Amino acid sequence: MIAEIGHYALVLALLVGCAQALLPMIGAARDEAGLMAVGDTAAIGQFALVAVSFAALTWAYVTSDFSVANVVANSHSAKPMLYKVTGVWGNHEGSMLLWVLILAFFGALVAAFGRNLPPSLKARVLSVQGMIGIGFLLFILFTSNPFERVFPPPLDGNDLNPLLQDPGLAFHPPFLYLGYVGFSVAFSFAVAALIEGRVDPAWARWVRPWTLAAWTALTLGIAMGSWWAYYELGWGGWWFWDPVENASFLPWLAGTALLHSAIVVEKRDALKSWTVLLAILTFGLSLMGTFLVRSGILTSVHAFAVDPERGTFVLVLLAIAVGGSLLLYALRAPSLQQGGLFQPVSREGALVLNNLLLATATATVLLGTLYPLLLDAMTGERVSVGPPFFNATFIPLMTPLVLLMAIGPMMAWKRADLAGVLGRLWLGIGVTVAAALGTFFFATKAPVLSAFGIGLGAWLMMGVLVDWAERARLFRVPLGDALRRARGLPRAAYGMWIAHAGLAIVIFGMTGDILWKQEVVVAARPGQQIAIAGYDIRFEGVVQVDGKNYQAERAHFLVRRNGDYVADLYPERRFYPVQRMTTTEAAIRSTGLADLYAVIGEATGEGVHTVRLYHNPLVPWLWFGALVMTAGGLVSLFDRRLRVGAPMRKARQPDALPAAAE
Amino acid sequence: MRALAVLAFLLAFLPGLAGAVQPDEVLADPALESRAREISKGLRCLVCQNESIDESNATLARDLRLLVRERLVGGDSNAEVLDFVVQRYGDFVLLSPPVRPSTWLLWYGPFGLLLAGAIAAVFYLRAQRRPAAVAEPELTGEERRRIEALLADEDRNS
Repeated sequence: MIAEIGHYALVLALLVGCAQALLPMIGAARDEAGLMAVGDTAAIGQFALVAVSFAALTWAYVTSDFSVANVVANSHSAKPMLYKVTGVWGNHEGSMLLWVLILAFFGALVAAFGRNLPPSLKARVLSVQGMIGIGFLLFILFTSNPFERVFPPPLDGNDLNPLLQDPGLAFHPPFLYLGYVGFSVAFSFAVAALIEGRVDPAWARWVRPWTLAAWTALTLGIAMGSWWAYYELGWGGWWFWDPVENASFLPWLAGTALLHSAIVVEKRDALKSWTVLLAILTFGLSLMGTFLVRSGILTSVHAFAVDPERGTFVLVLLAIAVGGSLLLYALRAPSLQQGGLFQPVSREGALVLNNLLLATATATVLLGTLYPLLLDAMTGERVSVGPPFFNATFIPLMTPLVLLMAIGPMMAWKRADLAGVLGRLWLGIGVTVAAALGTFFFATKAPVLSAFGIGLGAWLMMGVLVDWAERARLFRVPLGDALRRARGLPRAAYGMWIAHAGLAIVIFGMTGDILWKQEVVVAARPGQQIAIAGYDIRFEGVVQVDGKNYQAERAHFLVRRNGDYVADLYPERRFYPVQRMTTTEAAIRSTGLADLYAVIGEATGEGVHTVRLYHNPLVPWLWFGALVMTAGGLVSLFDRRLRVGAPMRKARQPDALPAAAE
Repeated sequence: MRALAVLAFLLAFLPGLAGAVQPDEVLADPALESRAREISKGLRCLVCQNESIDESNATLARDLRLLVRERLVGGDSNAEVLDFVVQRYGDFVLLSPPVRPSTWLLWYGPFGLLLAGAIAAVFYLRAQRRPAAVAEPELTGEERRRIEALLADEDRNS
């Protein structure tokens, strides 16, 4: 019964979506307030209906209702409750439902918080959101219905893949989807603006918070996925340039470019048609990521033919959304008016260069991801495009971008003095050179690369610090005044500094991992001593333990340094009987500066186990840096300027709400 | 999402996870071993999804790792080892595809795009310097109404 309610709510959501797509658009064209207002009600109604549907599926999982095929395929009565809930989106059908839920959520947010939007723009934005919703609801209802029943119901389910039974991965998809789908709002705004024929600073100011929110969530989502790969796949890798990873990285790159170009539209009324194009492309890449992952085409072109229904559906959806909006763009973009003027050497110019590099990097990753597929489909020739290709192309493109990141924010709008900026960065230049030289002489291997990585991170970090000190006039005015000034600086500026500093931390982490990693692989007997990175580690042996839905071999390592106790490490090998699968649980001891990482392998003889120990310097900084970037996004999101409608303090008084005038 | 695809292949091909290189494979000479690791990172495990033989637990990956080490111990240079493996398994085994007409687009495409983008940017920047005849944007009737409403509001509140 509950499952049928969920199914029925989804059908209703589709009907409401049709109303949401049609009526406000007609209303905006005819300037009829009543029809335009339908958008608000429909958007909120659609969210409520999809939420009911999602709750119904969650209920089926929580109660282990094995008459629902989806629950049978992905759950088990003995599974811990946390993974019963997260199992809802740990499969194709459920994850698409989550996708639509988040889409409807964003639509409802626009309806609820868009009071200050011009009514026609808001109506059109909601209409476009409704259209996207229709596409995905049809997809779910016709190809991926999560509410299908089985009869007779089996006694128990097939369990969720053990790799997904992990807190890091459990919450990875929701954040990823918040990012993917969040870009739909930027897309809807872009399409609506093209229909209106107007892009102005106010438009950019409305688009920015949505883009920023999506970017922040996507940053966190990608970081969680990478963190999971690090501790779960069991050999300390954290980024593989895997096509599925690239599918989430592409919208992030394009979204980062969009975030920056929207600043130029907002502040200087320039780069308008480019920004609209970026908004379309960013969401297009989100859709493409969904398509790539959902269609099975990544496996090989031939796997696509095995179950073409879903893949074809998403492909058509992608073609309509991206093709349609690009056509609209081609027709309407030339009529967008040119705005503010500026010299090449200026903040605008730096942001143009930022966009050039980010867009090229996006295209490069896209090319590398799709090339094997395209070549195979067209000529039958098979090539592999792996990490060596991406490292060889992506890093050279990112290097000038990072160099620019320290300079750009210090440049003035309209016309900047590059020599002056570099002069103010003298301290940064000095620290960078010192850090690079120091690394060069102390690095144990690959001194040039180490010096390069550490230098780049130091440069960016110094750029952030110097810019902040300059803006606060630190050391130029008395300290008290400087601190007062620092407090008064806008949150958007703090958001930028924090996010940029986060990237610097990530760069340190990457450099440390690539260049100072140590690894020991031995077949160890209980009592054996292993030395790595100054630690003495004794393998104490392996015991059998039982988990709720698995059996595990748990190893015990006693870690000492110079004879002093440091830690006990307990890595596990878990066997999940329902899925007949083994997973590894690495034991990680992090000092904040470095990780000691232990993994236990198979028994290779009587009491002998394969043991892998890694010492990964600076690696924890990767995720710490990503969290700092996320924090930067959040801080910027709470800038007063972006909370449209609260520019005046007195407007916060309850009796001063401008609603009466409308 | 990455996980969903990863696991499909893990399920299909991997007996278990956790690293690849087994203790009995490691060469006694650390310099030779580190060269072997370097080469392994560029070679694809042919039965896996986007994994190098350095990362994969598949039997085929192990065979290739042993082969690489055998050749190195036999005195081959890195390039000779790669040549030998490519002769046996084809270019598909290289994670960094060789430059030839069918991969020109892949290798030179990014450079070409950067160049084209840079040229477009230069033109755009040059155009941005010259003031074109830009008319002062006019307010629409709707905007005028809103401004008046807001101003009236302001008056009421002050």
